[in-house]
Amino acid sequence: MDFLRPDTLAEALALKAQRPDAVPIAGGTDVMVELNFDHRRPAALLDLTRIAELRSWDADGDNGDTVRIGACVPYTRIIEELGERLPGLAMASRTVGSPQIRNRGTVGGNLGAASPAGDTHPVLLAADATVEAASTRGTRLIPATDFYLGVKRNALEPDELITAVHVPATRAPQQFSKVGTRNAMVIAVCSFAVALHPAQNRVGAAVGSAAPTPRRASAAEEFLSAELTSTNQWESPKPLLDSVKRRFGDLVAEAASPIDDVRGSAAYRKHALSVLARRTLGWAWQDYSGKVA
Amino acid sequence: MSLTPAELTSAVSGGIGSSPQRPDGNLKVRGEFAYASDLWHEDMIWGATLRSPHPYARIVSIDLTEALQVPGVYAVLTHQDVPGQNRYGLEHKDQPVLAEEVVRYQGEPVALVGADHPETAQRAMKRIKVEYEVLTPVVDMETAADDTPLHPGGNLVRHVPVRRGDQHAEAEVVVTGRYEVGMQDQAFLGPESGLAVPDEEGGVDLYIATQWLHVDQAQVAAALGLPLEQVRLTLSGVGGAFGGREDLSMQVHACLLALHTGKPTKMVYNREESFYGHVHRHPAVLYYEHGADHTGRLVYVKARIYLDGGAYASSTGAVVANAATLGVGPYDVDNVTVDCWGVYTNNPPCGAMRGFGAVQAGFAYESQMDKLAEALGMDPVDLRIVNAMSEGSVMPTGQVIDSAAPVAQLLKLVKDKPMPPLSTVVDLRDMPGGVSNTTHGEGVVRGVGYAVGIKNICFSEGYDDYSTARVRLQVINGEPAALAHTAAAEVGQGLVTIMQQIVRTELGVERVTILPMDTSIGNGGSTSASRQTYVTGGAVKAACAAVREKLAKLAASRDLSAVDIAGTDLTGVDLAELLGDEVIDETVEWRHRATEPIDPETGQGNAHVQYGFAAHRAVVDVDVELGLVKVVELDCAQDVGKALNPQAVLGQIQGGSAQGLGLAVMEEIQTAGGKVRNPSFTDYLIPTVLDMPPMSIDVLELADPHAPYGVRGVGEPPTISSTPAIVAAIRAATGLALTRVPVRPEHITGT
Ligand SMILES: Cc1cc2nc3c(=O)[nH]c(=O)nc-3n(C[C@H](O)[C@H](O)[C@H](O)COP(=O)(O)OP(=O)(O)OC[C@H]3O[C@@H](n4cnc5c(N)ncnc54)[C@H](O)[C@@H]3O)c2cc1C
Repeated sequence: MDFLRPDTLAEALALKAQRPDAVPIAGGTDVMVELNFDHRRPAALLDLTRIAELRSWDADGDNGDTVRIGACVPYTRIIEELGERLPGLAMASRTVGSPQIRNRGTVGGNLGAASPAGDTHPVLLAADATVEAASTRGTRLIPATDFYLGVKRNALEPDELITAVHVPATRAPQQFSKVGTRNAMVIAVCSFAVALHPAQNRVGAAVGSAAPTPRRASAAEEFLSAELTSTNQWESPKPLLDSVKRRFGDLVAEAASPIDDVRGSAAYRKHALSVLARRTLGWAWQDYSGKVA
Repeated sequence: MSLTPAELTSAVSGGIGSSPQRPDGNLKVRGEFAYASDLWHEDMIWGATLRSPHPYARIVSIDLTEALQVPGVYAVLTHQDVPGQNRYGLEHKDQPVLAEEVVRYQGEPVALVGADHPETAQRAMKRIKVEYEVLTPVVDMETAADDTPLHPGGNLVRHVPVRRGDQHAEAEVVVTGRYEVGMQDQAFLGPESGLAVPDEEGGVDLYIATQWLHVDQAQVAAALGLPLEQVRLTLSGVGGAFGGREDLSMQVHACLLALHTGKPTKMVYNREESFYGHVHRHPAVLYYEHGADHTGRLVYVKARIYLDGGAYASSTGAVVANAATLGVGPYDVDNVTVDCWGVYTNNPPCGAMRGFGAVQAGFAYESQMDKLAEALGMDPVDLRIVNAMSEGSVMPTGQVIDSAAPVAQLLKLVKDKPMPPLSTVVDLRDMPGGVSNTTHGEGVVRGVGYAVGIKNICFSEGYDDYSTARVRLQVINGEPAALAHTAAAEVGQGLVTIMQQIVRTELGVERVTILPMDTSIGNGGSTSASRQTYVTGGAVKAACAAVREKLAKLAASRDLSAVDIAGTDLTGVDLAELLGDEVIDETVEWRHRATEPIDPETGQGNAHVQYGFAAHRAVVDVDVELGLVKVVELDCAQDVGKALNPQAVLGQIQGGSAQGLGLAVMEEIQTAGGKVRNPSFTDYLIPTVLDMPPMSIDVLELADPHAPYGVRGVGEPPTISSTPAIVAAIRAATGLALTRVPVRPEHITGT
């Protein structure tokens, strides 16, 4: 197995163009497990850890309203440095693995693996994130909504690398919640993210570990956005009716098409998603009401 | 590195009753301790095991041609290459070293590869062509006995009936229940590993992580067709065991490859293979009927218990006897009808795990006690106290309990502990679901539950259970120094510390070296049944007594006979002066008092040496909408006879309780059609620090007059009562019956 160690992004992209079969390795918390278990035998590994460009984040966009996070920024730094601006992503990062895994694991790796159970995906979907992919042919931005194609399949071309993820910064509430059968260090049985977008009179919502890919709960988003807008609640929020929260929860559960597996039954996943959706919406809305008042 | 583990000498002092530092502690904390997986030998080759993908199949053919052609491969072996008896087993020799005509479980070893690199071995293994005719597996323990026979003689491994008193007793209040226990894994962290080094004369030295060197030695020698002296075992660093290393894993395999190739051969399983490489805790189905009068006094208990032994017997027979003889729990019951069956199926083989049959029964009888309390409108602790056994009580086997059995006292101790306050601020780490942020208090209901359990200590049913210890005393650099040698396996529990403490106390020397454990000395018995401090501790104590006798003789010959060496106090004696150049070296075999076999029809007999008791109170917060559980407190009271090392005692109680917590809410090897669905730590979950609460522990020291220093085995009892206490607390919070462990979120939400 060749171990390719580029020092710059340009070098890395050139190598990836020459060797599309080379498997990128960032924190290695997915790749090394696959190698150790002999589930994967790539001809080459492309080590991204020396590339400084991938290890930093900055606020970009017209007025710094989007945060561009380099693909190799580990979860620990997202939690410590971006918790204010990207509350949903920081919450999801906090639930990933253990401190050791959070020190090494990256959002780029989560996206590269594209596991339906990856914790950052529902947040990226709900928060309208875009994935920045680059190759020697150029750079493109892929909306998170178009990124996940199937179980562990994403929209990257063989010569592309994920260079960053762009996440709109926000002061509006976001929540992330995941169910696992132990209280730490657990893969999601199902997960859910909600993001309020008051500037657009809109709500983002997405489910994880409950379908072949992470996916948005569009009907739930539309229902709630319409409900809040028609009752003028973005400007003068009132406590949400239980019936609204329940309807939202039901629509979120309907968005999922889970399976029965060792981690949980399909019926449980749907049930749990409806509970998570109700609760997280309650927390986000309470938070929002406090901010507006 | 050297293959033989370092001698452990520690500069610290401390006799029995104190908690000196472990001699292996610093090495372990620093990551410098050599575990079996760290073994290395120049010029060694690597072994790999080809395993059956099917739970039950006939082997039609095996073609090794392509595998043998892989460059770097030294040997590819099948059952035809086993020179001795191709059968081993702890109780019945029913398990092939390598499969012959049939495979009986998924993961059964079929062929071995020895190669210059683990990668080469893996590659060659994939080129072995095995043609299987897949058969329908037997997987239901309740019907297995009447299903397709998997072994000559059928699928019943053992049936133990226990009959006491009136078999037709009737009672005012009757409760019945059916309970299930899932398959728990020992989940030790150090995977199976060993290194076999061939000698020049056709023999072999095996460095291995095991629980019992001598029983391994006997089985390996028989399979290799070698006399015992040509198969020498040395204990390598063991990373946990909990029963999972009582059976052979790669012991014979590594030796076969080493003898076949003439090269040192290392084998180490990875995590997934480890799940196939050792036995698990027997899953169980238990039917109980409890009858009581209106005051709560038990009139009778009837039970039918099924234990799934999987493909091979392992220690199923002894597990069955435990579940049967301990099947009513620590209660006085005059009329008992218990039947326990252990059966063969095509599920993974099951055998020893901490608690050994008492765990499965404990979950069921304690669930029944709660159900009975509810039927009677009684407090569950009061009901238990009404029926609690005590010294002088008679077991369902007719055996009289002849040392302390403070069951009522243990229950009162946990009941009287202050309750944890309800938290007023939201800290996710204290919530069900933890930092996964599933609740800020919504749906959370608190529940409290109690349980108490009983466990036999040491080997039972007439087994000749002994240990051998050698103690040597001499003057080194002007200072008296002792050395202790046994074959009793240190698996992480701290036996090496205890041995040093005993020698310090008995001989009054500070400097005590523990030699590596190996088969150059006699049998130390198994590191199981909570027995090593009792039995090997007893042997070391006896060896020290023999040394003291020699000292007394020496004193007499030197006309120092005024000094009372035979007494307990050596403090006034200048040992260095007394010993001079003499070396005193004594080896003894030490036995606990004998037990008896039980009557095969009635289960009557003095089957057990000693009984251990522990009680738990569990306080849980349950998110009843999501079915997630946070154990808030898990408090324990246990009688340990005498705490030789109080800190180690607490460690055992915490660890045992944590393992019981795992069984209560998360740990299960899930199988479907005989296949394991979750052979990884990704999906076989064990408790983390956010799952296991801090414990308040009361340790009673009611000495057992029959045991050395009065000790009572400590490792297993807490594993038994922890599980039912937690489930009782979840029931209290949810109002649900919850008849199966582990309790899954689905059981609570009903989805
Ligand atoms: C013990 C343990 C616990 C875990 N717990 C969780 C958990 O709770 N939640 C969770 O979501 N995940 C969990 N994981 C999985 C893993 O940690 C995450 O998916 C993590 O985000 C992977 O990041 P990484 O940098 O380590 O990725 P790597 O292992 O380096 O890479 C992962 C995949 O992405 C590809 N890749 C990496 N970087 C790029 C790039 N820049 N461009 C293109 N492809 C790329 C790799 O080729 C590979 O296919 C756990 C893993 C372990 C071992």
